[in-house]
Amino acid sequence: MEVYLQGIWVALQGAPMTIAVSIFAVIVGAVVGLGFALMRKSEKVIPRGIAKIYIEVVRGTPMIVQALIMAYGIPYLLQHNSICEINFRWPVLIIPAMLVCGLNSAAYMAEVIRGGIQAVDPGQVEAAQSLGMSKKQINRFIVLPQAFRIVIPSFGNEFVTLIKETAVLSYVGVVEILRSAQLWNAASYETFPAYIGAAVVYLALTYPLSKAVGALEKYMMKDGMI
Amino acid sequence: MIKATGIEKNFGGLHAVKGVDITVNDGEVLCIIGPSGSGKSTFLRCLNMLEKPDSGTVEVDGEKVTDDNIQAMRTKMAMVFQNFNLFNHLSVMENITTAPIHVKKESKDKAEEKAKKLLKLVGLEDKAGTYPRNLSGGQKQRVAIARALAMDPEIILFDEPTSALDPEMVGEVLDVMKKLADEGMTMLVVTHEMGFAREVADNVIFMAEGQVVESGSARQIFENPCHERTKSFLNKVL
Repeated sequence: MEVYLQGIWVALQGAPMTIAVSIFAVIVGAVVGLGFALMRKSEKVIPRGIAKIYIEVVRGTPMIVQALIMAYGIPYLLQHNSICEINFRWPVLIIPAMLVCGLNSAAYMAEVIRGGIQAVDPGQVEAAQSLGMSKKQINRFIVLPQAFRIVIPSFGNEFVTLIKETAVLSYVGVVEILRSAQLWNAASYETFPAYIGAAVVYLALTYPLSKAVGALEKYMMKDGMI
Repeated sequence: MIKATGIEKNFGGLHAVKGVDITVNDGEVLCIIGPSGSGKSTFLRCLNMLEKPDSGTVEVDGEKVTDDNIQAMRTKMAMVFQNFNLFNHLSVMENITTAPIHVKKESKDKAEEKAKKLLKLVGLEDKAGTYPRNLSGGQKQRVAIARALAMDPEIILFDEPTSALDPEMVGEVLDVMKKLADEGMTMLVVTHEMGFAREVADNVIFMAEGQVVESGSARQIFENPCHERTKSFLNKVL
């Protein structure tokens, strides 16, 4: 029994890193995702095209591949090319880890936010237009505040998803929950307790969070906010 | 004064509005009546370019509405919608003051002071802090009227303002509209409320199949219609 507790304890050492990366990623994802959502709704072809391609590429490739490209591929490209040779290395691997999680999440968030924007009553947009408001003002004062409320529960779910997905960062040298377990396994050969410990810690993070998101959603529905 | 000339609008194969001309003079109440699908609402929405007309011109006080000045021109012709279209995330007070503050650059104090007067005018002075979800349909529409008035428009366009209301709430909205008419507000009203048109309108237009069939004073249209189409419509609805 003690060895299992030890497994949980070891995995727990990686939890702050997992949580830090996830929080950073959810913020980057929301901000960049909002940008892409607005670009997708643009009347101009070029921003709309860029956003569409970005979303398709990111959603159509595994995050582990994206993580390897960001952490190792990009430094390699900068060091070995004919245009300019830059001796570039990531100072700490947590930087590409956070970036890749955030930029990956942005593609999913963009679609969620776009859905939220589309869910805002078009009649209210017409009313705002009829009052002489500009497109920017309509977005800022009427559409986005309501879209934001609609997508808050989805943001919570995205956060839960991110906590699990950051496990792939164990492949790019970030010592988060899974990597902590792997390292302990390599040293102690306690394979089953190591990975069970990781699973328990992930569940301890995601289960209360998804319950909280569900409760928030229920509360907002009851209150008529969404 | 608002003047529209030769307004045409096609939706794909549907020729919804076929060359409609109107003039509404200052202080005049003009009602547009006609069967459903006759293009009344589409025509009204062409005036403030919520639907972009395929051809025709709109002038407000002699100034032509164009793509470039549309935002400024819209502040001169406020609109009241069938489904109220209040901003659900904003209080009644904020619904009324958002556009005056951000579009007309009025100070918050001034906008709120005016909003309070307007709420009193529509009989909702105790609802400033309430959210739309806690209002009845009739109350929502009265807030929408106050929101339109807050822009100090030259004219208000009403798009079937009582059609989405429960019958017992129609009266409270029509009473507010009558009050506005009495105060000399210029109004263009698309409506199915014949009683209101007859009592309040100076002039009435009867539209069918995207065209103006007949226009004249309220009295003439209701008591002495010339066209068969007008007569048969009025026989059905009166």
